[in-house]
Amino acid sequence: MKLKQLDGLLGSLQQSENPKIELEQYPTGPHIASRLLYTAENSFGDVSDKVVADFGCGCGTLGLAAGLLGAEHVIGFDIAAESIEIASLNADELELDMDFIQCDIRNLRLSDRAIDTVVMNPPFGTRKKGADMDFLSMALKVASGAIYSLHKTTTRDHIKRTALREYNASTAEVLCELHFDVPQLYKFHKKKEVDVAVDLWRFVPNNNRPKHL
Amino acid sequence: MRLLTHNMLSSNIKGVTNGFPLRIEVEKVVEKEVDLNMDFLRNMFAKIEWKALVEASRTMGYSELPDDAESSMLDSDEFLRKFHHALLELHLEEGALVCPETGRKFPVNKGIPNMLLHEDEV
Repeated sequence: MKLKQLDGLLGSLQQSENPKIELEQYPTGPHIASRLLYTAENSFGDVSDKVVADFGCGCGTLGLAAGLLGAEHVIGFDIAAESIEIASLNADELELDMDFIQCDIRNLRLSDRAIDTVVMNPPFGTRKKGADMDFLSMALKVASGAIYSLHKTTTRDHIKRTALREYNASTAEVLCELHFDVPQLYKFHKKKEVDVAVDLWRFVPNNNRPKHL
Repeated sequence: MRLLTHNMLSSNIKGVTNGFPLRIEVEKVVEKEVDLNMDFLRNMFAKIEWKALVEASRTMGYSELPDDAESSMLDSDEFLRKFHHALLELHLEEGALVCPETGRKFPVNKGIPNMLLHEDEV
């Protein structure tokens, strides 16, 4: 599938009508989502024929992009029922099979290494401090292949240090820096649109850890 | 929810040590055909908890999987088809997942399990 086609399909997806600020619900735009998954597949082969998890899937954009690029099985995880409902509809629209689980990512218990690749656009931790790190920690526990994640550029050093020293990443690389167009979604947003510098990361877990459930 | 997903899920209630596999209560099963991917199945076989898959598929009304399986069986097309069917084509649409240790039910609606915990379970 061409990047342009992927972009177009993702752009047609339904998004949340009443996003919740406490959960930092922001849609992952088709531009970023298509490039994230395209890179994961074309540069690293981390998508087609794989089991892919979308942590904090929201309306399903990243997970569905994975499905469009040939992931064999995709699971979306989110805490909000309304988001998952929309994601489900989006999956039906694209005629894709995607499983969803409603849960809090912090107390999820999944078999080690059952998932090949995690893709995520986690909360940045601006409302609930450390939310971004919770997501990263869990992703590094469950993925056997690679994790693709978006984090604010201002947190770059902290993320790298923590991932390598505490969360058992064997590598942590910024693939590129992107700019998030954050539209005026919430009442406290004063500007029509704001540009947030965001890093696209690729983490590889250290698979030599002892297994545990 | 496919049985591949069920096969990796554990009860996440605090203090539970034997939370796998979650028992399945069935109200509605849906079957959806997908293309068989041999390489994928071969890769997955090593990661799957076989007994949990057999039990789950039987609960869902599919009894074709053998009690025990070993990798040499992957050479058989018939076995692959059954493995594929159980793993990817059976969907629990309505019902519940039950913690084997506490009996706590996690409801499944429209194929989506709700595994949000109550305050005292965290």
